[in-house]
Amino acid sequence: MQNERSRSRRWFLGLGAAWSAALVACQSKTASPPPAEPRALGAAVSPYGSRSKFEKTARYFNQNTKVPLEEASSRTPLHETYGIITPSSLHFERHHSGVPELDPATHTLTIHGLVGRPLVFSVDELKQLPSKSRIHFIECSGNSGGEWRGGSTESDVQRIHGLTSCSEWTGVPVSTLLRECGVDPKATWVLAEGADASKHDRSIPMKKMMDDAMVVYGQNGEPLRPEQGYPLRLLLPGWEGNSNVKWLRRLKVMNEPAMSREETSKYTDLMPDGSARQFTFELEAKSIITRPSGGDTLVAGAFCELTGIAWTGRGTIVSVEITTDAGATWAKAELQTPVLPIAHTRFRFPWKWDGKDTVMASRCTDSTGYTQPPLTELITVRGMNSQYHNNGIQAWKVASDGKITNGNRA
Amino acid sequence: MATARKRLLRVAQGVGLALLVAQGFPKVAQDFSPAVLAQSPTFGVGHAPNPALLQQIDIDVTPDGKGLLPGSGTAAKGKDVYTRRCETCHGPTGTEGPQEILAGGKGSLATPKPQKTVGSYWPYATTLWDYINRAMPFDHPSTLTPDEVYSAAAYVLFLNGVVGEQDVLNEATLPKIQMPNRNGFVTDPRPDTPIKRK
Ligand code: HEC
Repeated sequence: MQNERSRSRRWFLGLGAAWSAALVACQSKTASPPPAEPRALGAAVSPYGSRSKFEKTARYFNQNTKVPLEEASSRTPLHETYGIITPSSLHFERHHSGVPELDPATHTLTIHGLVGRPLVFSVDELKQLPSKSRIHFIECSGNSGGEWRGGSTESDVQRIHGLTSCSEWTGVPVSTLLRECGVDPKATWVLAEGADASKHDRSIPMKKMMDDAMVVYGQNGEPLRPEQGYPLRLLLPGWEGNSNVKWLRRLKVMNEPAMSREETSKYTDLMPDGSARQFTFELEAKSIITRPSGGDTLVAGAFCELTGIAWTGRGTIVSVEITTDAGATWAKAELQTPVLPIAHTRFRFPWKWDGKDTVMASRCTDSTGYTQPPLTELITVRGMNSQYHNNGIQAWKVASDGKITNGNRA
Repeated sequence: MATARKRLLRVAQGVGLALLVAQGFPKVAQDFSPAVLAQSPTFGVGHAPNPALLQQIDIDVTPDGKGLLPGSGTAAKGKDVYTRRCETCHGPTGTEGPQEILAGGKGSLATPKPQKTVGSYWPYATTLWDYINRAMPFDHPSTLTPDEVYSAAAYVLFLNGVVGEQDVLNEATLPKIQMPNRNGFVTDPRPDTPIKRK
């Protein structure tokens, strides 16, 4: 994977013309002349499309690890995707026990516990209920986690931040299903459980379930991809990835959290005093310049569009600011409309690099008035052991030869 | 559940956050209409679960022990289960890996090199039983008998010095185990930046 990735990166740089005009300018590469006028017929129509054979962009995962690849993650190539929707085939993955193969004809969702009428729904029955489509990001709480302890200067945006993706999801509000079952007024929590080998489970406060949680079956107009929970997953807009339980088989209405392994041993944030924060569900506002970014090389004097994404689990992004002089000044980036709540928001900033070494970064503010903090400020409060929920500013260091590296510890 | 709430309160008091929790968890209950139960179904979709099938998937265990299956085990019996079914991945004493470290790390949480293990970090013994029962052994989950789960859990707790070799774990005794880090968890206080300076 490592090799394939650097190969695709090299190919990407060499064939700049196929990519954004910005990078062509940044790299000053001239495209080779197009082949002669086509005289042969192209391919016939086909039942299911696939990308051009010239495109090699891929998810990244570390294969040199003693941890089984079923208990692993793969990361979205944020620097090689456009706009705000992540192609389903490039959506990040995080599985605890592999991707199960579930037949939608036999898979069911059971809702039971503190309800008047426990019910089992087939996938088809769920599709008959009033549906909703919403564009939302999902981010793993472990995204950018390596930066708490310094990260690596060699690292790039995909490896550091690739555990966030954004899709259009279609499904049924959980509140519709819970009303259908009649919830006991004493109920305060709902346990969500998957049908994967390890039966991944998380306890979710009832309030979130009634507010905006959904059981989704659609992703970007198609059924969910198996890696994203086919045929059913829980969607908790703005809440840490693993609480959006994939391969959803069961919702148990309860009056306490189950205290499962994934909400005690994992996904809890260890503080400097040895205490740990639990149920840190909401993802705070975050932004990253995705292109150009770590691993790219700038050309002095050439026009270069800085672009990236911003998102918040608490509402809508209202502004993104850019610094290209190591934080001395900040200027507003342009936000691509529509700017949607709890969704990736694309920003752009026209720039010319003057050839001097510097640091560039983005910071965003959301509709609650919260501004993305510097990583150093998060570390001041939370120390370096918390492992999850890093939404600190990503600094990219630009050397005088134009090379961009991770500047978080520069 | 009164007991669960009391337990959460105890956790909170341990770290001086009683107020947050007292206003936090129970408040969730008041945020939606108590009239829901009275409603009749709107769409008439779905069917009642088959009790036997529901029992098969209703596997979760709460800190009060609800959901534990009948059975029992000891660390003495668990040594055999552990050696056959766990050791290749977690090491002879739970500290060698290659997969997750299960034992040790006592007193390390507030240091620059924290080791989060069952003994140093996990707040509830019921979580251990539940997790072994639902997810372990990693490559053959849900293949242990309830007695084997009790014994494997007992052995992991024994490796952490939490139970003795002959202590019998069952539905009644397992939830009563006081885990060393039982009071180590606090509720989410974010947003915690910008830092408020006095
Ligand atoms: C084939 C390798 C393998 C075997 C055999 C195995 N485990 Fe595991 N175990 C793992 C992996 C991998 C994880 C991490 C899973 C994850 O994070 O989703 C794990 C996680 C755990 C954890 C959670 C650790 C933590 O701190 O969160 C416990 C407890 C555990 N195993 C106990 C056992 C017991 C008891 C057995 C025997 C009955 C066993 N394991 C057998 C591979 C294995």
